[in-house]
Amino acid sequence: MNKIWVPIVVVFFALLPCVAGDFYINLGSQMMIAAIFALSLNLLVGYGGLTSLGHASFLGLAAYISAWLTTRAGFGNGTAALLSIAGTTVGAAFFGMIALRASGLGFLMITLALSQVLWGLAYRWVSVTNGDNGMAGLVRPMPFGISIDSATSFYWFALIVATVAFIMITVFVSSSFGASLKGTRDQSRRMAALGYNVWVIRWITFIYAGFWGGIAGLLYVYYNKYIHPSSLSITSSAEGLLGVIAGGSGTLVGPIVGSVLVTFLKNYASSYIDRWNMLLGFVFMFIVMVMPDGIVPGVRQLAARWKEPRK
Amino acid sequence: MPMQFWIIQSLNSLALGGLLFLLASGFSLIFGLMRIANLTHGAFFMLGAYFGATALRSFDWIDLWFAAIGSGIALAVIGGFLERFVLRKLGNNPQGQVLVTLGMSFIISDACLVIWGGDPIPIPTPHALQAPTILFGFAFPTYRLVLVGCAIAVAIALYLLLERTRLGAMIRAGVDDMQMTRAIGIPISRLFTIVFCLGAAIAGAGGVLGGPILSAYPGLDGDMLPLALIVVILGGVGSLVGAFIGSFLISITYTFGSALFPDLAYVILFLPMIIVIAFRPQGLFGRRAA
Repeated sequence: MNKIWVPIVVVFFALLPCVAGDFYINLGSQMMIAAIFALSLNLLVGYGGLTSLGHASFLGLAAYISAWLTTRAGFGNGTAALLSIAGTTVGAAFFGMIALRASGLGFLMITLALSQVLWGLAYRWVSVTNGDNGMAGLVRPMPFGISIDSATSFYWFALIVATVAFIMITVFVSSSFGASLKGTRDQSRRMAALGYNVWVIRWITFIYAGFWGGIAGLLYVYYNKYIHPSSLSITSSAEGLLGVIAGGSGTLVGPIVGSVLVTFLKNYASSYIDRWNMLLGFVFMFIVMVMPDGIVPGVRQLAARWKEPRK
Repeated sequence: MPMQFWIIQSLNSLALGGLLFLLASGFSLIFGLMRIANLTHGAFFMLGAYFGATALRSFDWIDLWFAAIGSGIALAVIGGFLERFVLRKLGNNPQGQVLVTLGMSFIISDACLVIWGGDPIPIPTPHALQAPTILFGFAFPTYRLVLVGCAIAVAIALYLLLERTRLGAMIRAGVDDMQMTRAIGIPISRLFTIVFCLGAAIAGAGGVLGGPILSAYPGLDGDMLPLALIVVILGGVGSLVGAFIGSFLISITYTFGSALFPDLAYVILFLPMIIVIAFRPQGLFGRRAA
C-alpha cells in the first residue's frame, strides 16, 4: 500500500512546476525548506522525546554564517556552505552539551533560552549581523555550474535536497542506532541499565538534528537571498515545532505533512491579514487540545477503523 | 571609568534585578508546584504594563501603585481563566501544557500589537519620586531605589506566605510530594489555581512597576521571558531563594555586560548559565533536576 504511494507523491512533486505558476512553485520551495527543518526537529521531538523550542538556532546560525562569509569575508558560495554547515554542527554539539544536562521541561527551557541568546546576538551585534536591517545582497550558488535563480530550478534543487534529507533521516531512524534512540525515549533508565550510554545517544541525535537544521538554514538563505534576526526568533522555532506536532511527531511522513500545511496556512493567511502570530497561537492551541497525536496518526487510526469491519 | 559610572550601573542592575525577581518568582512558583513551564509569563508582564499605561493615561486620579495593584488583579483573573479552562484540560500532558502557554503568548502579544499599536507607551514616574536622592554625595534616581525596595518587600511577603502560613505549608507539601498531599485531603486543584493566579498577578504588577524604566512596548514579552528563563535555570526551578539570587546575578551580568561590551551583552548573559548548568544541572538552589 505504502509503496504505491511513494512514486505517485514523488512524480506529483517533481512535475508540480509544469502545471503551477511561479507563486505556487515558490510556495513549494518554502514547503521543502520547512519540511527539512521539521524532519530534523522531529528527530529530537518524536524519536528522542526531547521537545526543543530552540531549533531555529541552527537554521539561523547556518544562514548567518553563510551570509557573513559570502558578503563580508569574500568566500565563494561552495566554501561558505561547507564552512557554515561545519560551524552549525559544531554549534549543535556545543548547545547539545549544555541542553542535554537536563531532559523534559528543563531541556525545553534551556533550548529556548539558548536560541533567544542567539536571537539577541543577531539583533545587537550590529557590526557583524547588521542588526535589525538584516543582511541583504546575497546570491544563490551555482551547484555544478547550474543556475538556480529561477523559481522552477530552485524548486527542483530544494526538492532534491529535501529528498536526500528524507532518505538520510529515514535511514538514521530505522538503523539500530535509531532503535536505541527510541529506547532512550521510552525507557531511558532501562536503556542505561542495559549498558547504553543514554547521554551520548541523545547528544549524537542532537548534533545530527542540528546538521539538518543547518541544511534547512542554507536553503532558507539561498531562497530569500536575505537574512533577518527573525529567522532565529521563537516564532521560527515554534513554526517548525507546530509542523512536527500537527503532522504527527515520531512518524516519518508527519513532519512533511505538517510543515506543508503550516507553510500553506502562513502564506494563505498573510495574503488576507497580517495577524500570522495570532493565528499561529490559535492553531497551536487547537492542535494540542483537539488533535494531540497529529494528522498522520489520526488518519492512520481512521483508516484502521475503516478497514476493520471487512476482516 | 569614573566612580559615578559604577555606582549608577550598580543601581540600574539592582533595579533590573528587582523586576526580574517579580517575573521569575511567579514563574518559579508555578513551575515548582504545577510542573508547568509557563511561557505566557513574559506576555503577562507585558499585558500588565499595557494595562497600567492605559489606566494611568485615562484616569487622572490613578497613581502608579494603584495601577500596579489593578493590573495584578486583572492578570490574576486572566491567569485563572487560562489555568481553569485550558491548562486543566491537559492535566497529564506537560508538553501540551507548555505548547498551549506558548500559543497563548503569541496570541496575547499579537493582540497587544493590535490594540496598542507599535509605538512604546511611556509610564510616567510618580511625581513624588522624580527628584533624585542624594546619598554619599552621589545623585540616585529615586524611583529605582524604591523599585528595589518593592522587590524586596514582595520577596519577604512571598517568603512569609510560603513559610509561615497554612496555605504556604500546603503549597510546599504539594511541591514535595503531590500525590501524598492529595491523599491526605489537601485540595491540590484549588492550590493550582491560587498559585497560577498569584504568579500571574506578580508578573502583571511587575510590568507596571517596571514601566517607568522600560515603558510598555511590543516585544517586551520576548525581551523579558528569556531573562526570566535564564534566572530560573540558574537559580533552580521552584526555589524562591534561587529566583532572588539568580535575578540579581543575571541583572548585574546583563547591565555591566551591556555597558562595557554592548555588542556581546547577550553572550555574556549566558556564561553564568553555562557554568551553573555544567556543574549543577538542577541550578544553584534547585533540589532536583528539572
